[in-house]
Amino acid sequence: MMLRLSSISKHFGGLQVLQEVSLTVPERGIVGLIGPNGAGKTTVFNLITGLLIPSEGTIDFLGQRLNGMASYQITRFGVARTFQNVRIFREMSVMENVLVAMGYQSNYSAASVLLPSPHLRRAQRREQEIARELLFKVGLADQADLLAGKLSYGAQRRMEIARALATGPKLLLLDEPAAGMNTVEKQQLMDEILKLHESRLSLLIIEHDMRFIMNLCKQIVVLNFGRLIAQGTPDEVRANPEVVAAYLGREDEPEIATVFMPS
Amino acid sequence: MEWLDNFWATYSTLLLSVGTNVLLALSIYLTLACGLLTVANAAFMAIGAYTAALLTLQTGTPFLLALILGALLPALVAMLIGRPTLRLSGVYLAMATLAFGEVVRILILNAEDLTGGALGLNGIAQLTTGFDVAFALIGALYVLLRFAGSRIGRAMAAIRQDEIATELMGLNVRAYKLFAFVLGAALAGLAGALNAHFTFFISPNEYGFERAVEILAMGVLGGTGSPWGAVLGGVVITLLPELLRGFGHYRPLINGVVLIVIIIYSPQGIWDLTRFIRRRHSGKPAVN
Amino acid sequence: MLAQQFINAISLGGVYALFALGFTLIFGVLGIVNLAHGAVFMLGAYSALHAVILLRLPLMAAILAAIVTTGAAGWLLDKLIFAPLRARDAPHLAPMIATIGLAICLSSSVEGFFGAQNLRFPVEALPTETLSLGGIRITWLELQIVLLAFVLMGILMWCLKQTRIGRALRGLAESPKAAALLGIDVEGLFRFTSVLASLLGGVAGVLIALYTNAVFPLMGQPMLHKGIAVVILGGMGDIRGALLGGFFLGFAEVFSVAYIGSTMRDAVAFGLLFAILLLRPDGLFGKATQRRA
Repeated sequence: MMLRLSSISKHFGGLQVLQEVSLTVPERGIVGLIGPNGAGKTTVFNLITGLLIPSEGTIDFLGQRLNGMASYQITRFGVARTFQNVRIFREMSVMENVLVAMGYQSNYSAASVLLPSPHLRRAQRREQEIARELLFKVGLADQADLLAGKLSYGAQRRMEIARALATGPKLLLLDEPAAGMNTVEKQQLMDEILKLHESRLSLLIIEHDMRFIMNLCKQIVVLNFGRLIAQGTPDEVRANPEVVAAYLGREDEPEIATVFMPS
Repeated sequence: MEWLDNFWATYSTLLLSVGTNVLLALSIYLTLACGLLTVANAAFMAIGAYTAALLTLQTGTPFLLALILGALLPALVAMLIGRPTLRLSGVYLAMATLAFGEVVRILILNAEDLTGGALGLNGIAQLTTGFDVAFALIGALYVLLRFAGSRIGRAMAAIRQDEIATELMGLNVRAYKLFAFVLGAALAGLAGALNAHFTFFISPNEYGFERAVEILAMGVLGGTGSPWGAVLGGVVITLLPELLRGFGHYRPLINGVVLIVIIIYSPQGIWDLTRFIRRRHSGKPAVN
Repeated sequence: MLAQQFINAISLGGVYALFALGFTLIFGVLGIVNLAHGAVFMLGAYSALHAVILLRLPLMAAILAAIVTTGAAGWLLDKLIFAPLRARDAPHLAPMIATIGLAICLSSSVEGFFGAQNLRFPVEALPTETLSLGGIRITWLELQIVLLAFVLMGILMWCLKQTRIGRALRGLAESPKAAALLGIDVEGLFRFTSVLASLLGGVAGVLIALYTNAVFPLMGQPMLHKGIAVVILGGMGDIRGALLGGFFLGFAEVFSVAYIGSTMRDAVAFGLLFAILLLRPDGLFGKATQRRA
């Protein structure tokens, strides 16, 4: 297994957010993480990326214990993510946003930037090329010099994916990547994600759009009120009465319920 | 070349002050560029000034070595207090560094045997030349401009905009912050060491709250987008009172009004104002 | 002797608390570190002094004059500086730098008009009677200072708790966005806060001037340092904390002068502040913060 969460619990003071959640992402897997609002999905991401420390349980990634490791080290081990509410560097260009994410892999030292040299120039030009390729992948190549804050919301989300890829991940965590996109954009995004998957990347995806997630993922994990209530293939999950109950009981997301209706 | 000699004779002190103040502005630019509001720079300046002055006064250390140690000691202190202090953010960081600055000032005030206490140190040799200051300034500016245009400057700007996102890009945010803080302390210490060797006299009260606030004003007034902003801020804050000499008693009043007006009309700093002109000359379309 | 020190500490602490209340109100509601608060404090002292000397007003009327002057100064402060900066969506440091400019303006104009020298209230204007209660001697003046400080604080706390405007203010301090959504006149409240905070600073200025009988253009500087210390102790923007912190500092000062008397006490005080900030950034009396994600 690439990523393994073993009985993870998290509480803030008296508030229990996650209880004994265990889940795995296999090598080259593509796993969906779903559940009603407030189920604790983003908390799982925050725990994996080291923004939060688990109250109990362990997180392992490629044989490495991630508990207590700094976020930047986790990124360097090969875990990258996007955010539910985009976190972009608004005052920088799209290109610079991606370059920031390549910073730690530079093959020139901090001291070497002091003197202009052919090596430095070459290395910097190479970085720019790689960044441009990544932006091309997510369809933002022609907007590379725009200030990131001026991008449309959908484009900001795609830029976040390019930026996450720039850190050189083995596992990519996507937090509601399709939020705010129309049907056409969603289809494009799905194609992009499948391409990433084919290029040997593993993915863990939080998404509210059930059609999107059911079509994309081979394995789905369902959370409700901080507990894992089901795990399996899309068909298994769809047939699980507890999952159906969790969603049907929520008037706030009626359109989701229709996905669970037998087709 | 005679006019140049005359000019230097009249304005040397002023020009040297402009130089050391710009160094101070650059020292706070470093932390402001990472989004850190630290105001310990006056204290680091004091440590540098006293270190260098005591070395040349009492041990006859060569000036150059005194300058180097005057920059190193504050950097060392910054490294020690940086680790716990830089966990704070925003106003809390400002207040903590302010409190640290007061501790330094009061310690100097009380270590009378070494520092002369409130009477200060008198008779410091006037060793600083225009070349020294120019050399330090150009060196510091060169280094910071190289940083600003590289992945280091990008990382600092990223930290300023979103610390958590930067950390998740695999960048060691705490290390960057500490680096900016320590390098800023070294620059402030160097400025203090240079300054002490042309003012003849130093006392703890020169490095108190007012000085800390003045340095901060230079950094913010200039703008944190580029080291050039700090240069502008340092020059304006130093020269403004001189330019207003003709106003006599009203000089500080007008000085204050000008500060307020600049900040209201260009809250991002003076450097931001020049963006329009720079765009036109570089021929690039304005990105808005 | 102990009781005497106690009285001194309470009157000094009351004045510190008044000053810190104004400082913390502006930080809590407007989010601004107002470095001109010391200058406004000084303005209050000069207003009262000249109301007594030039207009020959009785002391209480002079305090009213100081309230009017510094309240007006607070109105102008928001109208001319804070409001334009809000309208321009300025970065959060900009207003603080502007208040540095304002502090320079105020202290230099006062110096231009009245000179840099130390001014005093005329002796005949101050009450000189002394009360003796079981060995404790307290002058009428001290008593009035303490009473006034406490009455003002009482009124303020009551207003914040019980009145509509007070509740709106506390709401605004917690979340400006939510307050705007609830239909609260945010701009009006900002202006009101600036006026209220400034006049509290002004009254503190008069009281300190009476207590020490010294009025000079830079008298606000040491007070500003103390105000900052108090607000750190109590937690930035925390109103109850400012009160407690004010008295804490009053007691710490009086008793350390009486029983330690060392020149190192300021170093100890600021060293403690530094430590408090590192360990409890929300102040001694605040809740501990949790790491945000």
